[in-house]
Amino acid sequence: MLRALEMATTDALREAVIRLPPDVKRVIERAASAETNPVAKGELANIARNIAAAEELGVPLCQDTGVPVVYLTLPPSIPLTENLYDAVAEGVRRATANIPLRPNVVDPLTRHNTNDNTGAGMPVIHVKPGDRFTVTVLPKGAGAENVSRIAMLLPSENDGIERFVVETVLCAGGKSCPPVVLGVGIGGTFDGAAALAKEALLQPIDHMDPLEQKLCDAVNCLGIGPMGMGGDTTALAVKVKTAACHTASLPVAVNVQCWACRRATREVVW
Amino acid sequence: MQACDKGGGVVTTTLQTPLNDEVLHLHAGDRVELSGIVYTARDEAHLRMKKEGIPFDPKGAAIYHCGPVIQNSRILAAGPTTSARMNNLSGFLLDQGVRALIGKGGMGQEAREQLRDRAVYLAFTGGCAALAASHMTLRGVFFEDLGMAEAVWVIELDSLPLTVGIDAQGNDIFETVRAHADRKFQRYCTQGS
Repeated sequence: MLRALEMATTDALREAVIRLPPDVKRVIERAASAETNPVAKGELANIARNIAAAEELGVPLCQDTGVPVVYLTLPPSIPLTENLYDAVAEGVRRATANIPLRPNVVDPLTRHNTNDNTGAGMPVIHVKPGDRFTVTVLPKGAGAENVSRIAMLLPSENDGIERFVVETVLCAGGKSCPPVVLGVGIGGTFDGAAALAKEALLQPIDHMDPLEQKLCDAVNCLGIGPMGMGGDTTALAVKVKTAACHTASLPVAVNVQCWACRRATREVVW
Repeated sequence: MQACDKGGGVVTTTLQTPLNDEVLHLHAGDRVELSGIVYTARDEAHLRMKKEGIPFDPKGAAIYHCGPVIQNSRILAAGPTTSARMNNLSGFLLDQGVRALIGKGGMGQEAREQLRDRAVYLAFTGGCAALAASHMTLRGVFFEDLGMAEAVWVIELDSLPLTVGIDAQGNDIFETVRAHADRKFQRYCTQGS
């Protein structure tokens, strides 16, 4: 079973860094055909050609293959043990050597690179109960992660949520490799809001509810466009997750994701 | 140099290295398809070249801000890195005749002034590492001791699709977009969305 988890982790990483999910490809295609700015059209055409080239050549879409963020669902029959964490880490090491992935993981202070994309607390592993035993990977590149932000707003500042989201994208400019996908976590606690924001990125992006659409439209008014060179498409989608919070708090976190919204899920079978 | 309108009102110009005065006629926002030799260089390579000299003929050369992934002499991935890190490191290259800097995200005011009347900044789409690799053939390497990401790789391009980000007249598409976005945000804050 541990071996199957290890293999499923490697497989999911291979899938994620080479092929974008169908919903992401659909949204990029939609944006490309709706875009009116000629420079932006060119950038989106390059992105579409890059997606096709990666699939055809079987190579990663982007040289920043990210850090491994992993979500496990465990059915009642699978006990949560330390071994599961080790198996996921082994799957990451194997993926790093075989695909290959760029070794991105370093010690935060010495900056020593482990060369296998694992380290203390890395891969990041989140576990939840579920019906099936699955592993989902979200390889997260640094360009977009580095411009993500969190705010503890006043509960009376309800309008502040949208403003904070728009301001985050303004500050990011072209650095986040737009068009971006925004995962927004609202509520919970300081740390919880950030976790929600990242989890929001696991949802399909080809559908937005009215709040998500409103946030997305507000961001796109900035006109930053693909790669910060102008255009209608600054954000491809916004996905929101909420949690209950203290009556005196309003945490809001924005996790920025570049256009390469990579994620893949594998069922662990043995 | 050949220019043609491929629709949408955007002119696509084909360029071949070594480059010359033709770069002076490009405009920010133009599409370019670049062929010929380019040299990759990131922070470390710039510092080394500044100290020890440029190991290739800089006259008419194009520098690509990129740390590629190379396996068995094959380019697997070669997307652009953030050019802003080279803002204060590019003057000596332009002084010695380099005609184009290629990267992502644009460059600062210092680089913009150094490009004026002699060279251009060409933007390649961030994250498009596989597309880039499919237009490239590896021809050689300098400073391999700097490691894979920081070495100077000699790469032959076959029509790599680029956009003029900063032209030789000082027009900077990134700066224009940034200023526009700032104004939009100010208006948003005062009026609501």
